[in-house]
Amino acid sequence: MAILGLPEEEYFAPGHRACAGCGAGIAMRLITKAAGKNSILTESTGCIEVVSTPYPETAWRLPWVHGAFENPASIASGICAALKALGKEDEINVIAFGGDGSTYDIGFGYLSGAFERGHNFTYVCYDNEAYMNTGIQRSGSTPYGASTTTSPAGKESIGKEEWKKDIMHIIAAHGSPYVASASIAYVQDAFRKLKTAIETKGPTFVNLFAPCPTGWRFQGEKTVEIAKLAVETGVTPLYEIINGKHKINRPNDVSKLNPVEEYLQTQGRYRHLFKPERKDKEIEFIQNRIKENLSLLLEMAEKGF
Amino acid sequence: MEASHAVSEAVKMIKPAVVAAYPITPQTHIVEKISDFVADGDLKTEYIRVESEFAAISACLGASATGVRTYTATSSQGLALMNEILFVVSGMRLPICMTVVNRALSAPINIWNDHQDSISARDSGWIQLHAETAQECYDLTLMQFKISEDKRVLLPSMVCMDGFTLSHVYEPMDVPEQVKLDEFLPDYKPFHAILDPEQPLTLGPIGFPSHFMEFRYSQAEAMENSLKIIEEVFDEFNSKFPVEIEKTRPKKYWHTENYKTEDAEIILVAMGSVCGTIKDVIDELREKGEKVGLMKLITYRPFPREAIKEALKGAKKVAVLEKAISPGANTAPLTDEVSSLLYDLDERPEIRNFIIGLGGRDVSMDRLHKIYDMTKNSQGKKQEWIF
Repeated sequence: MAILGLPEEEYFAPGHRACAGCGAGIAMRLITKAAGKNSILTESTGCIEVVSTPYPETAWRLPWVHGAFENPASIASGICAALKALGKEDEINVIAFGGDGSTYDIGFGYLSGAFERGHNFTYVCYDNEAYMNTGIQRSGSTPYGASTTTSPAGKESIGKEEWKKDIMHIIAAHGSPYVASASIAYVQDAFRKLKTAIETKGPTFVNLFAPCPTGWRFQGEKTVEIAKLAVETGVTPLYEIINGKHKINRPNDVSKLNPVEEYLQTQGRYRHLFKPERKDKEIEFIQNRIKENLSLLLEMAEKGF
Repeated sequence: MEASHAVSEAVKMIKPAVVAAYPITPQTHIVEKISDFVADGDLKTEYIRVESEFAAISACLGASATGVRTYTATSSQGLALMNEILFVVSGMRLPICMTVVNRALSAPINIWNDHQDSISARDSGWIQLHAETAQECYDLTLMQFKISEDKRVLLPSMVCMDGFTLSHVYEPMDVPEQVKLDEFLPDYKPFHAILDPEQPLTLGPIGFPSHFMEFRYSQAEAMENSLKIIEEVFDEFNSKFPVEIEKTRPKKYWHTENYKTEDAEIILVAMGSVCGTIKDVIDELREKGEKVGLMKLITYRPFPREAIKEALKGAKKVAVLEKAISPGANTAPLTDEVSSLLYDLDERPEIRNFIIGLGGRDVSMDRLHKIYDMTKNSQGKKQEWIF
């Protein structure tokens, strides 16, 4: 099915084994559409690797290589070097991607190394905020208050007790020319950002927000709706850091944010915040921090940072 | 030439398209020299100065999968850090070549030589060749590329050389002309799975129980078949590059170098630089009329069963000298393998295991004489530590 304004070619073939409503599956279609034919992909171990390559089948219509969980950025470094040696570096895009477990946690050092060296590649994190492939364990990207199998909510636990890692600014601090947050709910925006990242010379980064019905506990038909709510409530603001300068896409007014509980209530992973009784203090804490974060982003953009 | 620089020199002549390496003592002289070659324009390669050995081997994976000749070097903790990807690389059948400068594994941390690092990687599916001299480091480096890249093999390989006692030692050696080398090792032309947008392939998929064993079988089969290809490469090398300087390498390369073993009643078995000292001890003992010889093992993986049987046949006693241990095992790894190999013989020699030189402990001629005496007189236990 064609998506308005996007190339019709599909390089991530249907028939893969992702769950119904998989946000990461949508992310793969967007990444490959933005990449186009002349691209080499490398991916970490994770849900998408598993559902897309059950030997002898494959969903990939582009060259694709998987090595291990933590090393897509290192493998991409080697691909870039080989293409340079072959004189093909300007012809072929190199795109590395992985889930948030790979990106925020186990592959983080390797990601940093590759960005420091300045290889000409794009790294995309399909961010579904936990280790979904191994059964919904908390990662450095899991948001505050989310219940996972290793940060379960309980009498003594609110779920995950730490705030989500600010991967965007950590990557931007490497001097990357283009860092963007995107969402599978805003496909034209996400496509434009992926395309910009791929076309920008040097190491570029896109954090692509991709809800997981299985891990977040919601019905599969709600994926896009929930991703949209995440933006409208300011949970995952869409913005770019272009050569170190912030550009906020949306939302851009803290006073007009939808209340965060509209988002939280859609997912089983936050159910304990509302049942058996409503945890007002926790919801307020989340709400305030979201506002503070967005205010800071808007302020940086306004002041030219 | 310093043995480390012999390796760098070989790499320069081989011209890998991509080198990815991380510094670790005592491997540093190799990569520093390669850096010099790149800086001076003497070697055209994409040299990735990675942030760890894990990144080094992963970058090699990416480069090799893109279809270019790829090299790295490491040691000890670095090889241990690579461990996960060693298996991935061999499973993907990528002919990456590596030098391992053998050093002890921590703890306690120790930068000096033993073989625990590469022995611990023996099941990773990499071909493993062990050098005694600077010339052998050089020659085996040339040969490893030809072996790994052979389409009947397509397995990664490591050439192992002892840290400091070989890597930092200057020895006379001969370097062949580039034109002769180019004839021996032509430019790399990948012909199996590579990443190419014109022919998109999926590399490194998930293999379910229905297919996994077949993957493993073909990998094991390739390792087994590589024995024959290694022999072909040895033969070709022997005829193209005859010995220029006596005693810098075996007269003819083979899986084992058999030193005065023909009539030997006692044969010592060892790998690496200690073999030089052992040869001197054997010369002394021979002068006294002792029937003793050395089987130096060059090819450790694949395990050259027939060559070892051939070398050890007729020996009444075999003493395996090892710079590695396997705590809790029957004996040390090589001894166990030699023992199980010789179990099939009608007349089995008595097999002893001596643990030597761990963490750089000096293996002097005196200690080797002691090992010989203990073996000859059947003193001590099956496994003895020579402190």
